Amino acid sequence: MFAYIVRRLLATIPVMGVVALFVFALLHLTPGDPAVLIAGELATDADIAAIRAKLGLDQPFHIQLATWLWSLARGDLGISIFTNLPVTRLIEQRLEPTLMLTLTTLIVSIVIALPLGIISAWKAGTWIDTAVMSFAVFGFSVPVFVLGFVLILVFSLQLDWFPVQGYTSISEGFLPFLANITLPSVALGMIYAALIARITRASMLDVLAQDYIRTADAKGLATFDVLIRHGLKNAAVPIVTVIGIGIALLISGVVVTETVFAIPGLGRLTVDAIVKRDYPIVQGMVLLFSAVYVFINLLVDLSYTLLDPRIRY
Amino acid sequence: MTAPLLEIDDLRLHFYTRDGVVRAVDGVTYHVKAGETLAVVGESGCGKSVTAQSVLRLVPSPPGRYVSGQIRFQGRNLLDLDMAEMRKLRGAEISMIFQEPMTSLNPVLTVGRQIGETLVLHQGMDQKAAEARAVEMLKLVGIPEPERRVREYPHQLSGGMRQRVMIAMALACNPKLLIADEPTTALDVTIQAQILDLMRELKSRVGAAIILITHDLGVVAEMAERVVVMYAGRKVEEASVDDLFARPRHPYTLGLMGSIPHLGSSLVHNAPPRLAEIQGVVPSLREEIPGCAFAPRCGFATERCGRERPEIEELAPGHFAACFEAERVAAQFAEAAS
Ligand SMILES: Nc1ncnc2c1ncn2[C@@H]1O[C@H](COP(=O)(O)OP(=O)(O)OP(=O)(O)O)[C@@H](O)[C@H]1O
Ligand code: SF4
Ligand SMILES: [Mg+2]
Repeated sequence: MFAYIVRRLLATIPVMGVVALFVFALLHLTPGDPAVLIAGELATDADIAAIRAKLGLDQPFHIQLATWLWSLARGDLGISIFTNLPVTRLIEQRLEPTLMLTLTTLIVSIVIALPLGIISAWKAGTWIDTAVMSFAVFGFSVPVFVLGFVLILVFSLQLDWFPVQGYTSISEGFLPFLANITLPSVALGMIYAALIARITRASMLDVLAQDYIRTADAKGLATFDVLIRHGLKNAAVPIVTVIGIGIALLISGVVVTETVFAIPGLGRLTVDAIVKRDYPIVQGMVLLFSAVYVFINLLVDLSYTLLDPRIRY
Repeated sequence: MTAPLLEIDDLRLHFYTRDGVVRAVDGVTYHVKAGETLAVVGESGCGKSVTAQSVLRLVPSPPGRYVSGQIRFQGRNLLDLDMAEMRKLRGAEISMIFQEPMTSLNPVLTVGRQIGETLVLHQGMDQKAAEARAVEMLKLVGIPEPERRVREYPHQLSGGMRQRVMIAMALACNPKLLIADEPTTALDVTIQAQILDLMRELKSRVGAAIILITHDLGVVAEMAERVVVMYAGRKVEEASVDDLFARPRHPYTLGLMGSIPHLGSSLVHNAPPRLAEIQGVVPSLREEIPGCAFAPRCGFATERCGRERPEIEELAPGHFAACFEAERVAAQFAEAAS
């Protein structure tokens, strides 16, 4: 098992290498002179030259590539053009809200979706099933920003239960943190919960029709044990896969949610960087998100071997 | 005579499906005495499994519904019990071995866990004691290296071993009644014999009554004391094993005997109404059949059989059959055998 994990970790290196090359190409394959693009229309020749020097664009191509890869290997993502701060530092500053939002969204959606999916599979064909699945369709079809605005309108402005916008660090107290993060998590989590609930239901339906479930019933086990111990573990592989895919999807949702709820996270950082054409930041973010994605994939694969003894590594 | 352990009394189980009512069980009555082995035979689809699963209330409802009848276990009607009471019986007093050993065990739980689970549930053992007992059970059912096997998963075991595990699981709590639904059909011949031997041996040790479902009369002859023959959701004949083989009274039973090579061919060989391989197909259970359900396939059928349904009657002590021509069937069989 340990050897397998090491092997899988090593296998991510070439993948990340390809991503790094792609991100490098992002800057160099864009048509025109990147320095001109970044500087904007009002820039003087001197401004452009300064940007070119800062990005190392005045160096020969192979030197640029080598420098880029070398700095990456040392964990250096370059310097932001507009703030003159290291990109890693900027990411660090914005990391907590995004990480927390992703985490709470995951928790909210899994806590909602798993029981709903299981119950609707168990009660398949009844009104409970219909109700749950209607809810899932609703979750799918309402865009995050609409739901976000509605939640703010009802729970913040009308009922005054939650603050309207913003973010409070968890280090400043758990309750204020919770007050701020709840609505964004629900807004972002809805679509995700719908996805997980549907997959859970489908996977559980499949499992509940299996012979070993009848065996479990014949032993006299309580419904809960039959559903969870005998059912859910068998149904888990597709569910975990979807949760993994969902984390990748979350990244785009996070950008929107952070905008609606004015949360100073990575999503906002990225959007601002794109608008200002702050290339080093954009490159850094693409790298970071890719790394997260590769890592989640690895976790999902590893979880398979824990969930299903028939899957060999 | 003491009251039977289990009495199935005029059970009618109908499935209400989109394209009509399936009369899967249509007035079946049979009983098992404590410690006895009763065989239930019949072709595929005649309702053997759903009748047996009804005893544990495992038939999904909907679509299944009990239109009439009782299933009395030690005098209590199981169809009246609530689920909590039912669960106390399941796996403890009554347990079941299923037709499909390859799929009846949970693929993601160890064998030990699956055997131990019943002990934890019904006998209040802790995990450790249950595991130790699971090892004993595996040894009892003849699985080599039980200490290692107990930690393995079903996919690491052969079909025969899985069925042994199922037997270990079913017997873990010393049930009074074991329902074995074609426990050997899916296994190859040598393994079949081993499993049957094992069941016989364990039965003498545990003393449980067994309902053995099979469509193999050879198995019946070897294992059972009494037989119920089912056809199209009904019981058509019931007798002690000896009586049934000596003097079958239903043409369908005769047909079944024709389909077992060693026993049958010598017995009904050259019998005038040649039933050797039962011609035709099992009737649809969707429509009410006015006469005898077997009539279209029956060499003894008369005009009456298409009109009127033969009721099950006791034709000799302990020997029941539902056929207008029962005596003619028996006579012809006797003649052919001599
Ligand atoms: N859930 C269900 N819905 C509708 N019909 C069903 C259902 N379960 C069983 N049946 C019907 O009940 C009848 C009896 O089935 P059963 O499984 O008891 O047959 P069997 O005698 O055990 O056959 P086999 O030898 O193949 O196991 C069949 O015709 C089957 O189609
Ligand atoms: S009642 Fe008639 S049709 Fe039915 S088994 Fe007897 S002889 Fe055949
Ligand atoms: Mg069956």
